[in-house]
Amino acid sequence: MTVAIPQTLREALAFSSANPNAQIIQGGTDLMVEINFNHRKPTDVIALRRVEEIRNYAYTADKSKVIVGAGLPYQKMEHGEIAELFPALAQAARTVGSPQIRAAGSIGGNLGTCSPAGDALPVLSALNAEVNLRTETGSRDISVHDFMIGVKRNDRKPGELIISVTLPIIQGWQGYAKVGVRNAMVISVASCCLVVDRKLGAISVALGAVGPTIIRCRETEQWLATQIDLKSISAVAPNLLKEFGERIANESKPIDDHRSTAAYRRHAVATLSRRLLVRANTK
Amino acid sequence: MPNTEIYNLRVNGKNHEVRDAWVGESLLYVLRERLGLPGSKGACEQGECGSCTVIMDGQAVCSCLVMAATAIDAEIKTIEGLTPDGELTEVQDAFITEGGVQCGFCTPGLVVAIEHLLDNNQSPTEIEIKEAISGNICRCTGYGRIFEAVQTAVATRRAAR
Repeated sequence: MTVAIPQTLREALAFSSANPNAQIIQGGTDLMVEINFNHRKPTDVIALRRVEEIRNYAYTADKSKVIVGAGLPYQKMEHGEIAELFPALAQAARTVGSPQIRAAGSIGGNLGTCSPAGDALPVLSALNAEVNLRTETGSRDISVHDFMIGVKRNDRKPGELIISVTLPIIQGWQGYAKVGVRNAMVISVASCCLVVDRKLGAISVALGAVGPTIIRCRETEQWLATQIDLKSISAVAPNLLKEFGERIANESKPIDDHRSTAAYRRHAVATLSRRLLVRANTK
Repeated sequence: MPNTEIYNLRVNGKNHEVRDAWVGESLLYVLRERLGLPGSKGACEQGECGSCTVIMDGQAVCSCLVMAATAIDAEIKTIEGLTPDGELTEVQDAFITEGGVQCGFCTPGLVVAIEHLLDNNQSPTEIEIKEAISGNICRCTGYGRIFEAVQTAVATRRAAR
């Protein structure tokens, strides 16, 4: 077994092109668990912890979007500029593991593992994030909806590295909520991100841990836009709120597993989505 | 790819050579089994209990989730390195006076996490203390005496300034 520790993105891309099937390790919070329990024994590893170019964020030239580096630790999203621009991302970051985990974990790792319970993933889905992947010779952008394929499956090709996600700055409201067995240090039983774009009068709702990958509730989104004026803040009538939750639950595809039951998860996403919609429409 | 069969780790201000080790080993395993530093404890090995907490480049991290061979250029501080041999930190002292230790298994991780908190925040609120040790599980004390130990350590540190 070999371990490469590139110091620059160029070096990292050279390593991954030379050894396209090498295991990539970002913060290690997923991979090391598998190694510690002998579920995986990689032969070659490329560690990205020293690649500073992917551990920061920047505005696009027109300032309408922010490019978040794949290696930026969750800790850096809990407060400050990222938290102000993307409150839902800050809330999701805050629910990841513990301070120790948030010092190590990152969006790149969440996308690389592609677990349906990945905390940042519903936020990326609700914001229609674009994922940037690179090889030594090429670069491509792919919608996060197309990147996430299934349970721990994504569209990363051998030799590619996940470099960043691009998130649009939205005028409106956004929030994230999650249910777990306790308040701290918990893997999602169900999670929900809701974004209201007041300028476009559109809403997006994404669910985590209730299907093989993140689920966007597009039918409910379109239905709600015909029921209320999303361009302004207005109280949602109780019967409408009830139906909203029911429709969200119907779009989820949960299973029974060691963390919860499908029935509870359906109930949880109905409640979480209603709660977020009420928050979005409260001044 | 570089050969990492032999690599160096910088722990508690000293260089240590790690030889004949499988390079996928966790930092926790290397500290305990290869470098003779058993203070960091191994319980869950999946980042949920915090008993393996060490400081790496100024951050509190779970050493069970760090691949040791990737930490060759990091400054690592373990419970053994908080003070010179035989001396106690204010936090360790406060754990004793407040009775914050029962079985003691979680204590090294908690002490490192609290040292890290107090190094970055001289007068943490109750919420900030809870947040800082939310990743450290203690199954004996119910945390009450641990919170008291933190308050005592804060007061001791303040008086020493």
